[in-house]
Order: sequence, then structure tokens, then C-alpha cells
Amino acid sequence: MKAPRITDTTLRDGAHAISYSFTEEQVREIVGGLDRAGVPVIEVSHGAGLNASTIQQGFSKTPEFDLIRAAVETAEKAKIASLFVPGIGTSEELRKAAEIGIGAIRVAVHCTEADVTEQYIRLAKELGIEAVGFLMMSHTQPAEVLAEQAKLMESYGADCVYVVDSAGALVPQGVRERVSALKEALSIDVGFHAHNNLGLAIGNSIAALEAGADQIDGTVRALGAGAGNAPTEVLVAALNKMDLNTGIDLSQLMDLSEEVVAPIMPGPIVIDRDNLSSGYAGVYNSFLLHVRHAAEKFDLNPTEIMEELGKRQAIAGQEDWILDVALELAKKKKVTV
Amino acid sequence: MAKIKAAILGSGNIGTDLMYKILKNDGAMELALVAGIDPESEGLARAREAGIEASHDGIDAILADPDIRIVFDATSAKAHIQNAEKLEAAGKMAIDLTPAAVGPYLVPPVNLDDHIGAKNVNMVSCAGQATAPLVYAVSRVVPVHYAEMIATVASRAIGPGTRQNVDEFTRTTANALMEVGGAKTARAIPVFNPAEPPITMTNTVYAVIQEKDFDFDEIRKSVHEMVKDVSEYVPGYRLKGEPLLDERETPWGRLPVIVIMNEVEGAGDFFPKYAGNLDIMTASARKVGELYASHFLQKEEVGQ
Repeated sequence: MKAPRITDTTLRDGAHAISYSFTEEQVREIVGGLDRAGVPVIEVSHGAGLNASTIQQGFSKTPEFDLIRAAVETAEKAKIASLFVPGIGTSEELRKAAEIGIGAIRVAVHCTEADVTEQYIRLAKELGIEAVGFLMMSHTQPAEVLAEQAKLMESYGADCVYVVDSAGALVPQGVRERVSALKEALSIDVGFHAHNNLGLAIGNSIAALEAGADQIDGTVRALGAGAGNAPTEVLVAALNKMDLNTGIDLSQLMDLSEEVVAPIMPGPIVIDRDNLSSGYAGVYNSFLLHVRHAAEKFDLNPTEIMEELGKRQAIAGQEDWILDVALELAKKKKVTV
Repeated sequence: MAKIKAAILGSGNIGTDLMYKILKNDGAMELALVAGIDPESEGLARAREAGIEASHDGIDAILADPDIRIVFDATSAKAHIQNAEKLEAAGKMAIDLTPAAVGPYLVPPVNLDDHIGAKNVNMVSCAGQATAPLVYAVSRVVPVHYAEMIATVASRAIGPGTRQNVDEFTRTTANALMEVGGAKTARAIPVFNPAEPPITMTNTVYAVIQEKDFDFDEIRKSVHEMVKDVSEYVPGYRLKGEPLLDERETPWGRLPVIVIMNEVEGAGDFFPKYAGNLDIMTASARKVGELYASHFLQKEEVGQ
């Protein structure tokens, strides 16, 4: 087994957990810490990608291009990446981010919709930056389907395709099958992005490595949507114990986690009832705060909203369905009372 | 009663569904021709089966018939740019179902009267046809500072043209929310959901209001009236629940946001019922054709 390339996405996935409130100063501090520790790729953008500052997703407190600029200015060695969801972002934002100096774009779609990434993966390559395909909600499709979709992304020029467990719903066996299928089908890198709803973020990341994954995501102190991700510092510690040297300085990461990231967090990220029910129902992790808001407003249990969203097969970007589900559940209750 | 002769250019799925809609609804138009470029096309075979003249000579077949007054263009944006000039030179009215937008956006219950003299009108996008009327229903009561719409559509109902150019879809729809819907600024975001069985098209409109005083009941009434108007030509167009008054943190401060959720079920003429996004395009185009045909007939009566 070889050491994976680590991408830290605290400043992207973590944005979901703190309602898109990162400041330029926080970005400089976190990027500085990650860069000094030797993390090679750092993702910065709205949680739902470039241009996602909307009512549906939540408005950013600081314009994201200011945050990206701060990251690019701060990083001395690390490559800055951004997330891009077609339909939320357009070519215009991708061009602008490249102009500011990002070195990689991660083009994310629901894992059956790879063909909508063509326009943007090709543009990224034209702009001379790395293009990563991000197959979200990978638990919803079997390995063969994901491999076909990943091959499309490869054909558009992607440098890597990620299996993304957006709902934290995969178990190690499922991760192995999916990553293996991609490894077999592709000649480019394969990555894995975990969420911790079933307590398996680190375990699943190791399973992905065993199946041949080349790139793994983490977030400092697990600061990511919902149940959070594989904590970058824990990932590095586990890899060290496996004699897989990422070149990342563990003690610096631990200090960053304790002294810089923890104070930003509203509370520790734990697998509480809402997060477990979300992962168990296979619901996109960034729905969490929106579901809690709706549950409170309509006097519902977040678990019942999660279950119904799972049944309806809601995917990334469908935060509006939360309100629809909550309204319907509230109406039903009134009728039965 | 005299009728206005119409033709459909493009014998793909959109052209075929539109053909069935025109044949199903007796009105001021008479469908005289369906023209495509592929002699093997299923659409042309279906036209012949329905007793409609069909040709694979494309636009030339249409230009050869001086009696054809209205032409529905269901080809592609690129093709329409060329077709538009030829149709205009031949004095034919073009109803453009492609994203070319050579002519003004037309959303039947909102701005038909503004463009009654136009020679070329554009049907925007499915999401634009579905949500510009809702934004307009709010903005005719109180100014809309920012409108945002999310269109969730079954993956199976999204063709390769849209998939290869999502930029165009979002830009066109957002423009329509401003130009037709009356919002000062706007965003449009599509979501393609592969759920099985396929989901019906659902749309959510958020309208941010800066005014302190406005009558939400007035807005609700206006939205209901608008939904009734649209559902007259798109029978599966309806509200999901009542419009909602919420408050959100926005870049312009904490402001009232009106949330309108809507569903569009297709008539199942040629497309499956879940494909409300395609149905609303062809149903709206038929409606527009019908209105222009009636207008032409009226003008002729007055002229006599």
C-alpha cells in the first residue's frame, strides 16, 4: 500500500457546519497551519461549491472569492482547490476562481449524472488546473454504475475521480467494492471522501486505501457537514501507525485542531440522533441544520423528516424538499390529532 | 371556420409531443406539416400515421408552402439562429422552443400582449415557463428584490442538449425571472434527480421582499390566480401546499421571504407524465401558437 495524497476540506465541508461563516482571518490561520504541516491540497469554497451563496443553501458571511484569495495568498506549498456543482456554479465562477489562483477544481454531481460535468472538466483542463470528478451519494448506486460514470469523467479529462459517501451511509465492504471497481475501470487516480454518520469515517478511508485509493479527504477535528468527516489529524495518525508516510506533521495538525479549529466550532461534532438517523436513512449530510430548523418550526422530530427524505430519494441540492416534507408531516399530524 | 396553417420544424421528442397537443386541442391553428431532416425519424412516421403531411426536407419544406404562417422550431439553438432569418424573410411567425432566444421571452399569462406584434418569440426554458409566472404573481403585488428558483426534474426527462450546457439553462431561466417575472435580481438552480420511479417536476420559488408593508393575503390570492391561469393550458400545473411567508438572513439583512412550491405533471401525450418539464414547454408553445393564430384571424376579419 502507498501513502495517499490527503486533501483537507475543513474550509469547504466545514462551512456547512458553521452556516457558511468562515472569515478571511480564519481562512488564513487554517490554511497557514495546514500548509506548514505539509497538507498538499486544501479545499476552500462555500460548502455546496462555488456560487452556492443562496437562500436554498445558505448565504456566505464573507464573499467566497475573498476567502479563496486569502487562501491562495497564504499557502506557500499547498495547492488550493474549490468545489464546483454544475447548475449552482457556472463557467464564469470557475474561470474567476482559476484566475485568483486555485490549482484544482472538484466537479461534484449526483453519482448518476456524470455527463453534466463535461463542460466544466474540459474548461478546467483548458484553464490549466487539475480536475477531479466527485461522485456524490455513492451509496445509492452499485459499483458497476459508479465505474461507468467515473469512466465518463475520465473521458472528459478528469485527473482523478472520487467515491463520495455524502450521507455517511457506506460500510467498509461497500467502500471496497466501489473503489475497486473504479480502480479497475480507470487509469487515473481514485479518491474517497467519508462522512462519519455510522462511526466509520476512518475505517472506511482505510478500506478505500486497501482497495487501492490514491487520494483521501479529511477535515480537521472532523469539521464537516452533519456527522463530519474523517478527522485529518486522526487519519494521519492512523496512517503513521500503518507505516504510510504522507509527509504531514502530526503534532502541528493536532495543535491546529486544538488551538485554531476547536474554538471556531459551536460544539464538538458527535454522532447524535439526528446524524445517525441521517446516515441510516441515506440523507445528504449538509441537510442537517436545515432539517433541525424545519423540525423546530413545525414541532416535528428531525428523525421523521430524515426518514421521509430518505424514502423520497432526495439528493444533494434539494434542501427545498425539507420544507415540503416538514409541511406534509405537520399537516398529517394535525389531521390525526 | 378559417384556420391559420402551422408547421412544426424538428421531428424529435419535443416536436412529436407538440404535434399530439395541437391535434388534441381544436382551435385556431391547423397543423399542416411536420418537417425533420431524418427520413427514418420516428416523429415523421408518427405524423404520417396521424394523417399529417411529413417531410424530411427540413426548413425548405416549410418555406415552400406560402400558406404556413406559424412555425414552431423544435430543433436546436444553433439551427434556430439560421432558421430565424429564413422564416422572417418568408414572413412567417416563429415560435422558438430552443434556447437560442433570438426573439423576446414569452410566458403566456404574463407578457403575451407586450409582444403581440413580434415575428419571433422564445419559449425560455421549462423552468422559466414554470416559475416566471410565480415570480410575476408576487412582483405584481410587491417588488421582488431577489428571486431564486430550484427546479427538480427527473434525470430521465433531461436530454443531452441541456446536460451538455447547464450554464445556458441557468442563465436563461434566471434572465426570465428578471425580464418576465419582474425580479430585480435572480438565480436559477436545476437539480436532476434519478429516483425510481421517476419524480414529477417540482419547483420552489423564493422571493425576497425589501418592503416593510405588504399584504401577504394579496400575494397569496395573486399566486392562486396565476396558477389557475397557467393550469388552463398546462392541466398538471399546481401548487404544493399554500405559499409560505418565512424570514431569512440574506445579504440585504433579515428579510421576509415568500416560498412557493409547485409541481408540474405532464399530460402524457407523448412524454411520460413525470416529464412535466417537457410538457410545460410544448403546452406553452401550443398556447402561444393558438393566441397568435387567433390574433391573425381577428386582424383579417377587421381588415375585410
